[in-house]
Amino acid sequence: MTLDETLGRLEEIASRLDEERMELGDALVLFEEGVGRLREAAATLHDAEARVKRLIELADGAFVLEDLDG
Amino acid sequence: MKRRRGVITSPTPSPRPSPNLFDEPAVAPAMELRVFENTMPELYDEVGETFPGASPGSAIAVSTLTQTVKDVVEGAFIPLWVRGEVSDFKAHRNGHWYFCLRDRTSQLKCVVWSRDQRGIPAAPDDGMQVAALGQVGVYATRGEMQFTVRRMEADGDGLWRKALELTRGRLETDGLLSPERKRALPRYPRRIAVVTSASGAALQDVIAVLRRRAPGVELVVAHAAVQGEGAPLELCAALERVCRWGGAELVIIGRGGGSREDLWAFNDERVVRAVAACPVPTISAVGHEIDVTLCDLVADHRAPTPSAAAEAAVPSQEELLLTLAAHRQRLVSAIEGCLYEPRDRARAASQHLVTTMSRRVADRQTALASVAGRLNALSPLATLERGYAVAQDGDGRTLASTRDFADGASFALRLRDGEVDATVTRIRSRGASVS
Repeated sequence: MTLDETLGRLEEIASRLDEERMELGDALVLFEEGVGRLREAAATLHDAEARVKRLIELADGAFVLEDLDG
Repeated sequence: MKRRRGVITSPTPSPRPSPNLFDEPAVAPAMELRVFENTMPELYDEVGETFPGASPGSAIAVSTLTQTVKDVVEGAFIPLWVRGEVSDFKAHRNGHWYFCLRDRTSQLKCVVWSRDQRGIPAAPDDGMQVAALGQVGVYATRGEMQFTVRRMEADGDGLWRKALELTRGRLETDGLLSPERKRALPRYPRRIAVVTSASGAALQDVIAVLRRRAPGVELVVAHAAVQGEGAPLELCAALERVCRWGGAELVIIGRGGGSREDLWAFNDERVVRAVAACPVPTISAVGHEIDVTLCDLVADHRAPTPSAAAEAAVPSQEELLLTLAAHRQRLVSAIEGCLYEPRDRARAASQHLVTTMSRRVADRQTALASVAGRLNALSPLATLERGYAVAQDGDGRTLASTRDFADGASFALRLRDGEVDATVTRIRSRGASVS
């Protein structure tokens, strides 16, 4: 799941918890999922580093990404 | 430079004394052309009547003379910048442009061949003050002097502005400048394509910002020349490559600062339309703050510089951490909200229980009081209260009938406030007395 999707899911979870009437058990399951996603997103951020590549098109039309010294 | 017999020229163009071509008087000083003095008779004496053109018998053909003049004139002048006002402009069906350059006293017929028009931003309008770079020559068919123009600049950047306005008008007609076309940028793109020169400063700026903000983004460079004649096509090709590859969630197109000509590729209609057609959101970052190109106008987001483009493209890690904190807060509030209602209901239920129980207890108490009242009413004690007395024997049994008494027997009289011992002295039954 991308960071964008993770944050989107978090928003969805919070909205459902806010707006829907649900059994407390279901709410707690959603909440637990939310906490898990938060951890996931934080972990992604901590080991993130920008990488720079160069887009190369091969003769057969396929694409490769080569490292570019930035 | 070729030199022709018969004409000696000093074709050194007058130096350009002022940076502004248009500050000079409308009539330029004539160039110094030194020609033969009018020494024809002596000349003919020298060369004889058979010399071409020296006598009716040796008259030369018009075309011969014209061609000679053409050769002489064209050999005598290097390309020059000439200034004047444009008039009688015509874009001919054959693709060439024809017009006159004139000042107060003279005019010069000019042509721009279609192949040379690329070097000129836009066709000039009649009345424009321009400087044109060209080669003076002779159009032999008409025997006219003709100036073949290859570059042209108008006063106040008129041609550039005109070119820009023309393209802009076409883009507007096609709805490419409408604000509704602007797409939102992805908030957390993982892969960003940059269409720019791989060796340019713009790319380094973008990379530096991304490294600083470091949100785990992959930057993919699609190289293109960003200035010069081939730049528009290279930019189009690089954009097209990025689109066909399809791996980017966002495209940054741009370059660092430069002269207007350097940035001109980003006003090229083909490039601008390619940006508009890009299937993923685009950020245009061309030059500096003050440079606005047509690319900027059609892109989904315009960044004043390449660094600003990178900043607009990705949130900083700090911002992201704040966002995560906000999400955490929202999640906690949401679950608290979920707990609130059950908690409330429990509280209400317990309240209800207490109320109900209290009421029931109260009811019982009322009932009890009522029973007690009734009991009290029936109690002999109450009778005593009203002043009556109860006779009791020694065992406490109530003596309710005359039959319970015997003459001389002892008994007790129970009164409101105590007892009195008594003795029976006489018994009188109602109806039959017993004695």
